[in-house]
Amino acid sequence: MPASPLTGSRIREHRLARGTRQAELAREVGISPAYLNLIEHNRRRIGGKLIVDIARALEVEPTQLTEGAEAALLAELGAAATRIAAPAEGPAPERDRAEDLAGRFPGWAGLIAAQARRIETLERLVETLSDRLAHDPHLAAALHEVLSAVTAIRSAASILTETRDIDPDWQARFLRNVGEESRRLSESAEGLVAWLDTGGDLAEAPLSPVDELAAFVARTGYHFAALERPGAGAAQIDAVLRGASGLSDPGAADLARAMLSRYRDDARRMPAAAFTASRAAAQDDPARLAAAFDVPLDAVLRRIASLSGEAAGLVVCDGAGSLTLRKAVDGFALPRFGSGCALWPLYHALARPAQPVTMVLEMPGREPRRFLCRAISRPVAAAGFDAPPVHEATMLIEPLEDPQARPGPVVSAGSSCRVCPREACPARREPSILGAQPGGGPAG
Amino acid sequence: MAKRIVIVEDEPNIVEAISFILSRDGWEVTTHANGETAAAAVRAARPDALLLDVMLPGRSGYEILRELRADPDLAALPVLMLTARGQKKDRALADELGATRFMTKPFSNAELLAALAEITADGA
Repeated sequence: MPASPLTGSRIREHRLARGTRQAELAREVGISPAYLNLIEHNRRRIGGKLIVDIARALEVEPTQLTEGAEAALLAELGAAATRIAAPAEGPAPERDRAEDLAGRFPGWAGLIAAQARRIETLERLVETLSDRLAHDPHLAAALHEVLSAVTAIRSAASILTETRDIDPDWQARFLRNVGEESRRLSESAEGLVAWLDTGGDLAEAPLSPVDELAAFVARTGYHFAALERPGAGAAQIDAVLRGASGLSDPGAADLARAMLSRYRDDARRMPAAAFTASRAAAQDDPARLAAAFDVPLDAVLRRIASLSGEAAGLVVCDGAGSLTLRKAVDGFALPRFGSGCALWPLYHALARPAQPVTMVLEMPGREPRRFLCRAISRPVAAAGFDAPPVHEATMLIEPLEDPQARPGPVVSAGSSCRVCPREACPARREPSILGAQPGGGPAG
Repeated sequence: MAKRIVIVEDEPNIVEAISFILSRDGWEVTTHANGETAAAAVRAARPDALLLDVMLPGRSGYEILRELRADPDLAALPVLMLTARGQKKDRALADELGATRFMTKPFSNAELLAALAEITADGA
């Protein structure tokens, strides 16, 4: 049983973890404390019977002392020392002591390795983003469109305002050109903003675990056939996660596991066939469905979203309003980061827990579209006298194809302030980068 | 005799506006929208100045300029390059290839006329 250079460090680690004194262990295995001290500091290589004896005394397998996971860790530490420049001030990493570090402080060594990996990931992301800004053909084409339209408008407008004796035919031509180019500018700017807001193809390089989860939900459409089967459990969740691409961040995988567990629970309590049949009987009323299946209202909203394909969107937010789950629906833009429009019933629901809120929202655009939005909020942690309540709100978003079918007030809302043209909106929290339109709030 | 200028630009509304102001300023204007055939059109026109856009269908303004500067007859032709990109490296490339002046979009009509007057003035 050949011992690795770090066997001594591992012996020390196990001994300290058991709370055994050095002298005590030395006596037990029949060696002097001084010799054990040398062994523990990796200054004496040991093997054979002594390792077996020490392992028995420490109640571990001998291989736990002779083999460690440190080979990979050492390689990572070496790579980190090579790749990351030495600090301008202070000593350079002691590369010859890497084994010692990994053996004596495996936690800290692991942290260094993890940070080096993280730095590498972030550097790649920065590189990707910089490269995109400089070379992205979509961005370049979009900016070219915008600048070309602005140039044509500026030049024609200048002719119209500065040329006193302009021929009426020319005047009409330039007025027409200004009109044409204004429309083009508006479309180009809108497309550019939408592209910037969604991040273009940034799904390939998500910026956070929540972002990775959103990309996963977008790829799957928030429907997981494997979890619809009766008896689906942890094994099926594992299988879905194994088959999922793009969940590279461990944090994202944890979020996805929690989301899938909740999905599995929803599917168990509201099996697809029975739920679909009941929807018609309940006239699609989530409250009646909740009563029929004896489940909370938010579970019904999630279930409708999971079984509606592209016909329904879903958002879930935490108590601070930050979106934690996003399933998009055509025409209802969802912000990629942070929170959405403060006028969404999602946030009304957050302010009045356990009371369902229904609202028809009109989203801005060249052809404004209306959506029936139903939201509910409920506590997600046990209430306590000494702890603040923790709530979560859920909102189902369904396109309202026939506005006449749902008479009543309509609220002019948006996606997020940054890309919302409703300049005079009372809920605005930051300026928009779009041109102005009438304010938000109740629509006419 | 009126000075002659060729405008190589593929945006019709920009071409129309620039042609209008240059004509009123006394220039005899020829326009061309295709990058691939632009160099030949310039050779045929023998203008006193060239207004050259960078992003053109078929061939970029930089390539056209490189070809024109390699022709001894056109090596000294005043060329005003127009581009929607105003980055340092674009400017540097235009300089390196022999552009007389570099102007980024959007520009004012007055700026354009002033720049053309400057690069085509005797002794410029």
